Amino acid sequence: MNTIEREVDVLVIGGGTAGPMAAVKAKQADPSLKVLLLEKAHVKRSGAISMGMDGLNNAVVPGFATPEQYVREITAANDGIVNQKTILAYAQHSYPMIEELDRWGVKFEKDQTGDYAMRKVHHLGTYVLPMPEGHDIKKVLYRQLKKHRVEITNRLVATRLIVGADGRIAGTFAFDCRSGDFHVVRAKAVVLACGAAGRLGLPASGYLFGTYENPTNAGDGYSMAYHAGAELSGIECFQINPLIKDYNGPACAYVTGPFGGYTTNSRGERFIECDYWSGQMMQEFHNELSGGNGPVFLKLDHLAEETISAIETILHTNERPSRGRFHAGRGTDYRERMVEMHISEIGLCSGHSASGVWVDETAATTVPGLFSAGDMACVPHNYMLGAFVYGRFAGESAARHAQVHDHAVVDAAQVDTERTRVWAPLLRQAGLPPAQVEYKLRRMVNDYLQPPKVTRKMQLGLERFEAIHDDLNRLHAANPHELMRAMEVHAIRDCAEMAARASLYRTESRWGLYHARVDYPERNDAEWRVHVQLHKNTAGRMACFKRPLEPYVIDMDQHEQAAYQKLRIKSA
Amino acid sequence: MTFPTFALAQQRTSVPVRIDDEKCIADKGCTVCVDVCPLDVLAIDLTRGKAYMAFDECWYCMPCEKDCPTGAVQVDIPYLLR
Repeated sequence: MNTIEREVDVLVIGGGTAGPMAAVKAKQADPSLKVLLLEKAHVKRSGAISMGMDGLNNAVVPGFATPEQYVREITAANDGIVNQKTILAYAQHSYPMIEELDRWGVKFEKDQTGDYAMRKVHHLGTYVLPMPEGHDIKKVLYRQLKKHRVEITNRLVATRLIVGADGRIAGTFAFDCRSGDFHVVRAKAVVLACGAAGRLGLPASGYLFGTYENPTNAGDGYSMAYHAGAELSGIECFQINPLIKDYNGPACAYVTGPFGGYTTNSRGERFIECDYWSGQMMQEFHNELSGGNGPVFLKLDHLAEETISAIETILHTNERPSRGRFHAGRGTDYRERMVEMHISEIGLCSGHSASGVWVDETAATTVPGLFSAGDMACVPHNYMLGAFVYGRFAGESAARHAQVHDHAVVDAAQVDTERTRVWAPLLRQAGLPPAQVEYKLRRMVNDYLQPPKVTRKMQLGLERFEAIHDDLNRLHAANPHELMRAMEVHAIRDCAEMAARASLYRTESRWGLYHARVDYPERNDAEWRVHVQLHKNTAGRMACFKRPLEPYVIDMDQHEQAAYQKLRIKSA
Repeated sequence: MTFPTFALAQQRTSVPVRIDDEKCIADKGCTVCVDVCPLDVLAIDLTRGKAYMAFDECWYCMPCEKDCPTGAVQVDIPYLLR
């Protein structure tokens, strides 16, 4: 196995959604820059949208919504804990991004006059734009990467960021998951776009890779940002999604809702006013599941044949196309019976909830030269379009940074230390298989962290995660592929510890089910209307602290502020 | 001398990705399914010149099936979820 060193100006880690956009925008900002896109899988089919996407969940389109309305909606949906400046920056750049993607060849649904065919799914405003032909989005991105001459390396797994002697970011360490070669990539600026921490909870099926998120997104980015000294935020605001039971695809809100589909209890009755995914909605879902009215179903069997066919075409060709096969295997036909739903395993993902690396409205993290975008960057409810917009900000910011900074000086011992850590599982003669350690770790995550959260259970969980930390030194990899799984276990364990510590720190309940603490059942605005930040402190320990909310830039009225706390339908 | 800390045991699994050897053209140099897999679980058996699933770590996302030029790949839902 070799060590391969290279130097670039801007390094983008992660070739899914935000990453390719960042790389293209860095190149557009300054074509003379050497921009490298480093991908763990293959850029053509990587990330959350490997098979496309069936719609935009947060399109701010003139005539339907204003950026100010959107900021109010997300502030309410996230129970007030937002840096509004970051949401406003997204909202203001949302429409120009849609227009640019449209020019690039991404197909959005339009009405007969050529206007975007917007749909209402959120509680207050209209932000959903269907993409029934959204399956080609990765191809569109790939064409732009080629056109702008972005360099690409596939199958390289980033493990730790390199931090210069002055605290500036200096690049990344990585290894090749086929050859085991160790890579040292030095850069003047780095964009971290590694997706969600999707392999945190264990799906009820017990299948390690049956996660809601693309399981390649194992939380590597969260772990790398943490070890580089970056602040993370809102980790305690877990991602939990309403999915088809046993199948990891979403179904209801954004696709079937506008067609007339809805969520019901076992009696076929609606119980929530709004299917938009929020912690409050998930709490009602959980109440219904665990109460006498469960389980919960997606109801489509009342719809007309043409409508059901249209829904099937969208759901079975986009995002999670194996869904049709799953239904066929169980003999489920949308026309004849309701589809059983359940709640997903927990994850960390700002695309859906709010957990991520702290970024400002230029996508800058708290580490100089490090930028972040997409599911792993804390801009609540940002979804795919937010990944593109913050990918743009990150690419442009990284280009500007690289123009005025040289490569940071790196201590050579850092290289040796990381190479030893990464190669260790391959060089051991024997040890624990990564899949077993991962299974146990993620089962403990379910046992101790799955909401409703209980203080004593989370403390016990922390003890287990610390014990598994010792097991990391016994991981054995039989080949470079298993080494990738072994190093992912390191990242998953870091994320489990972060999830426990941040959850214990916030001694109140907020965001419905996402942070429902049995011991502290009330929301406590007097003490906890703040961000909970998590970082590696000067003693090298994982620590939490409060960061005050930035003053709101958009006024909130009382009615709107409380809208997401009243999701249960009033009984007749 | 070192002793393994676990016994080596073989555990059988029914893999979700099936390859039709008749249609697979890996022997002609095709590696499309191996290239596009997000989890890198497919490989080419060099002795037979055919693709196969080397690791049971599937997201049943289907780029392998969709992008195969000869329709040789079939993705099933993993048995545990079916």
